[in-house]
Amino acid sequence: MKGVDPGDTAWMLVATALVLLMTPALGLFYAGLVRSKNTLNTFMMSVGALGVVTVAWALLGYSLAFDRGNGFIGGLHHAFLHDVGFDAREGTTIPHLLYMAYQATFCIVTAALVSGAVVERMRYSAFLVFMVLWSLLVYAVLAHWVWGGGWLQDAGTLDFAGGVPVEMGSGFSAFAAAIVVGARKDYGRQALLPHNAVYALLGAGLLWFGWFGFNGGSGFSTGSPSVLAFTNTLLAPACTLTVWFVIDLVRGGQVTAIGAATAIIVGCVGITPAAGFISPGWAMALGALAAVPSYLFILYRPRTRLDETLDVLAAHGLAGLTGILFIGFFAQKPWNGIADGLLYGNAAQLGHQVLAVAVGPAYAFAVTAGLLKLVGLVMPLRATEREEAMGMDIVQHGEEAYATGEGAVLVHPEDSGVTPVPVAQP
Amino acid sequence: MGAERRSLVTLPLGDCTLKLIIAIVRPEKANDVLESLYRAEVRGVSMSRVQGHGGELERVETYRGTTVKMELAKKVRLEIAVSDEFVDRTIEALETGARTGEVGDGKIFVVGLERAIRIRTGEGDRAAVTPVDP
Repeated sequence: MKGVDPGDTAWMLVATALVLLMTPALGLFYAGLVRSKNTLNTFMMSVGALGVVTVAWALLGYSLAFDRGNGFIGGLHHAFLHDVGFDAREGTTIPHLLYMAYQATFCIVTAALVSGAVVERMRYSAFLVFMVLWSLLVYAVLAHWVWGGGWLQDAGTLDFAGGVPVEMGSGFSAFAAAIVVGARKDYGRQALLPHNAVYALLGAGLLWFGWFGFNGGSGFSTGSPSVLAFTNTLLAPACTLTVWFVIDLVRGGQVTAIGAATAIIVGCVGITPAAGFISPGWAMALGALAAVPSYLFILYRPRTRLDETLDVLAAHGLAGLTGILFIGFFAQKPWNGIADGLLYGNAAQLGHQVLAVAVGPAYAFAVTAGLLKLVGLVMPLRATEREEAMGMDIVQHGEEAYATGEGAVLVHPEDSGVTPVPVAQP
Repeated sequence: MGAERRSLVTLPLGDCTLKLIIAIVRPEKANDVLESLYRAEVRGVSMSRVQGHGGELERVETYRGTTVKMELAKKVRLEIAVSDEFVDRTIEALETGARTGEVGDGKIFVVGLERAIRIRTGEGDRAAVTPVDP
């Protein structure tokens, strides 16, 4: 275990587990926001990522993202986890294996995020195939650009915990996916409402909890960047929540629960790229500021034909973009030890951040659209209108989230001499 | 108040001017039905979720090792009290909204209604089933 620090390793083991929890938490959050007949399907899209994306990451994705390779994409040296062992990963004090596992959890939750754009109509198997390709050709590439020795990193772009690959990557991919897959059949004609706000709140709360590992672990140590990021992850979303309450109150006189759940996500997303680079004071300002573009876009989007169902673009794409740009203005060397922003005399940093905002979303949008078109050539992307009406739980999974069991007749595996009869719950 | 209370004793049985329309439809078509009723200007609907069996194919579900056939399918039951001249357009709207052409689309029953009273005002019969602006 050459170059490994036990304290850092202990924290990163915990942080990895924390980030993994974010994926089922996201599933719960999303499941609450859809209609009851699509609860399981929506949750299963996140669970699907836990399976197929992890496999793809271990076999190929990690190497494409974090092997040196060229400026655009990593090489194949670490494919099949070749040469990923107990010695410290270059530039860190934690084992290379643990570094790989920690980064895997990011890729998993990011792929799951994209499902928010296509829930309630996309076929499950098509989504699984899409996620595998997406994790390799969109996530791994963007992660390479900012963290794996890619060209944005070389250019000086700062991204602490994933404003480019995770937040803008998922947000603008969701934008493309909503366009290619198309709107739900009843979108814009009938009210399609969340069926369980409690799921949404609990999911958002668990996401916030996991986010302490997401941002707090992105310093790969127990040192000051991690402590700063951890604390900022508490402060920024609290400010977003508060501002959201105020906008809600001014607009409608009531603070909404679904709004609060959304605000938690927006705040966590906003601070993600900047968590280890800005002071706690500026983190609070960022949290407050991040609420505004996302809130406005969430109001505007449902008036369009764009059925980006769970507003991944608003909550992740725009809030991530806000955070990335914020670094360019308010980064402080005394806090991060790396670079100042425009406000502290380093205008060049803003240029590096603008560069990331210009290319990251464009790449995610274009490649996602292309991948979905490609998958669509091989298999249908959408369920039929009839299936969409019945609900994706029964059609895609043969199960119901809220099965009563009434009228169910047991199908015996072989003739056991028992005549099955329907049952009714007392 | 001041609403005139009609004596219902004078109304001979079998000469009902009111009908109760009961429709059993697919839950996935419930929104379409509500929409077509709305377009036909039929207001005043009660809706309940029921389970029934109308000869459609059974659905098979599996929960871990347990495989079951769902003999009872979820249905939505609508009850609409209307005056006679509204019966046809209500039936038409129900058919438009609920029909898919597959077995299991449901049924519409029309039954005579002896009396109807609006609780708030005490109005009877036709007035009771004619919506007012709130």
